[in-house]
Amino acid sequence: MTNTLHRYSEHYAFERLPNPQPVNDDFIVFAMASRGVNDDDLITKYRAFLRLALKHNPVNIGDATKGGVLRPHRDLNPTAHWKRDQLPNPEEVIAGIEGHTTVAAVFENYEDMKAFVDEVRAANLGVSVNISAPMDAAARCCRETGIARHSVEYSLGFCGRVDKLPDATVLELSTMCGHGMLSANFVKKMIEWVKENRRSPAEVTRTMARFCICGVFNVARAERILDEARTKNR
Amino acid sequence: MRIDPDKCVGCGNCLPVCPMGAIYVDPASNRARVNGDECVECFTCYRGMSKEHLNPTLVRAIRKTAKFFRFRFDPEPDICPTDAIVPEELTWPRIVRRAFSDPQVPHESTGIHGRGTAEVKTNDVTNRVREGEAGFVVEFGRPGIGARFRDIERVTKALAELGVAFESNNPVTSLMTDASHGIIRADILDEKILSAIVEIKTKLEEVPAVLRKIRELSREVGTVISIGVSTRCDGVGEEPLREILEREGYRAYRGKTNLGLGRVTTVHD
Repeated sequence: MTNTLHRYSEHYAFERLPNPQPVNDDFIVFAMASRGVNDDDLITKYRAFLRLALKHNPVNIGDATKGGVLRPHRDLNPTAHWKRDQLPNPEEVIAGIEGHTTVAAVFENYEDMKAFVDEVRAANLGVSVNISAPMDAAARCCRETGIARHSVEYSLGFCGRVDKLPDATVLELSTMCGHGMLSANFVKKMIEWVKENRRSPAEVTRTMARFCICGVFNVARAERILDEARTKNR
Repeated sequence: MRIDPDKCVGCGNCLPVCPMGAIYVDPASNRARVNGDECVECFTCYRGMSKEHLNPTLVRAIRKTAKFFRFRFDPEPDICPTDAIVPEELTWPRIVRRAFSDPQVPHESTGIHGRGTAEVKTNDVTNRVREGEAGFVVEFGRPGIGARFRDIERVTKALAELGVAFESNNPVTSLMTDASHGIIRADILDEKILSAIVEIKTKLEEVPAVLRKIRELSREVGTVISIGVSTRCDGVGEEPLREILEREGYRAYRGKTNLGLGRVTTVHD
């Protein structure tokens, strides 16, 4: 699945922009095992991967079959409308790993991502590890950690009926859940709520993150985008 | 997916949550309903929304009173107050919708959760895409538009004419009756899904022609297509694909980098 490949930014604007803003706050590192190849003691490997990630300030971690650090609740009571438990729960992610999945960690700055990659390399877990990020940042990280890149996959953006797509701000937020679980209409509603001061960017971000079922939604970047969207049409 | 009219209170919270916009409040009944033809069975409404288990009669009475006084209640936007969203048992061919839309359902043909295969994410141990080769992931319906297999087949047929090889372990390939001609089984052509990935492999030098063909075909389909292209690096981590893409005018800004840390660790008897 290409769930982190096509995250929209100005670089993929349909009318090419002369100086698109670099993306400096969205770096994902994920691990994936292959059946019968390196899936022995899989749960231990995945848990070790995420434990290492927690040392480097990830803004989200996730298990693609269970979700990220913020999840929906099956059994809320009405007090949730005034006092909702919004705390991220990374331990739930780690404890919930049961077998084959993809585990991911999202970082909001390059240095944290690089430090994590360096530790993962040294840990020699044996599972496949990928960086999903601006390609130059990933290449730099490899150089600085002494890793020779094995394979690369480039996002070439979107074509076809792009007239059906929402605006750039909505796309930046909704494509952070590459599986498409975060509806563009919901993102639009949340942007409006921030503008109307019905919710803060932090609250809205946590609400949106609960829909991303593999935990790759970047809550820190989303909050920044929403904060900017509050005062202008981006 | 179905919304239980006995439980629904018409709060509308589930409407924007649906990635396909398939839920609406029926003015006649004032209950939310699902447009079955547009619903892709992604389970976002059922799984993504938190749930309360309030008494529907009580909630309706409160809402009616508030509405009379034009009060605006400001509830949490991702909660179904009465747990009214009910999954239905899916049968063929509708079950295909869920397989391609709900990432938590592993596809039978791949055993992988999601709509494609592991692509180059595990290329360090599978070596599926080798030096000098390019792997394409052509995803229909993403982001957030959805696609019908009829549109996908239009493209797979044209790609087959170029002589490309469809990835045999890919879910879309598994639904082809004739992979050499890109023909998808007829009984699913009208099924709508959130997105589906077609994977093909070519020689690196064929990349420009294949990309041109995909872009040309993308103008003939009723959805969006997102494209990814991959290759294997050489021994020092360098690769020629980026130069090819940039020469052709593509933006190769973001992507995935396989670090080559995978290795065979499982011992077989």
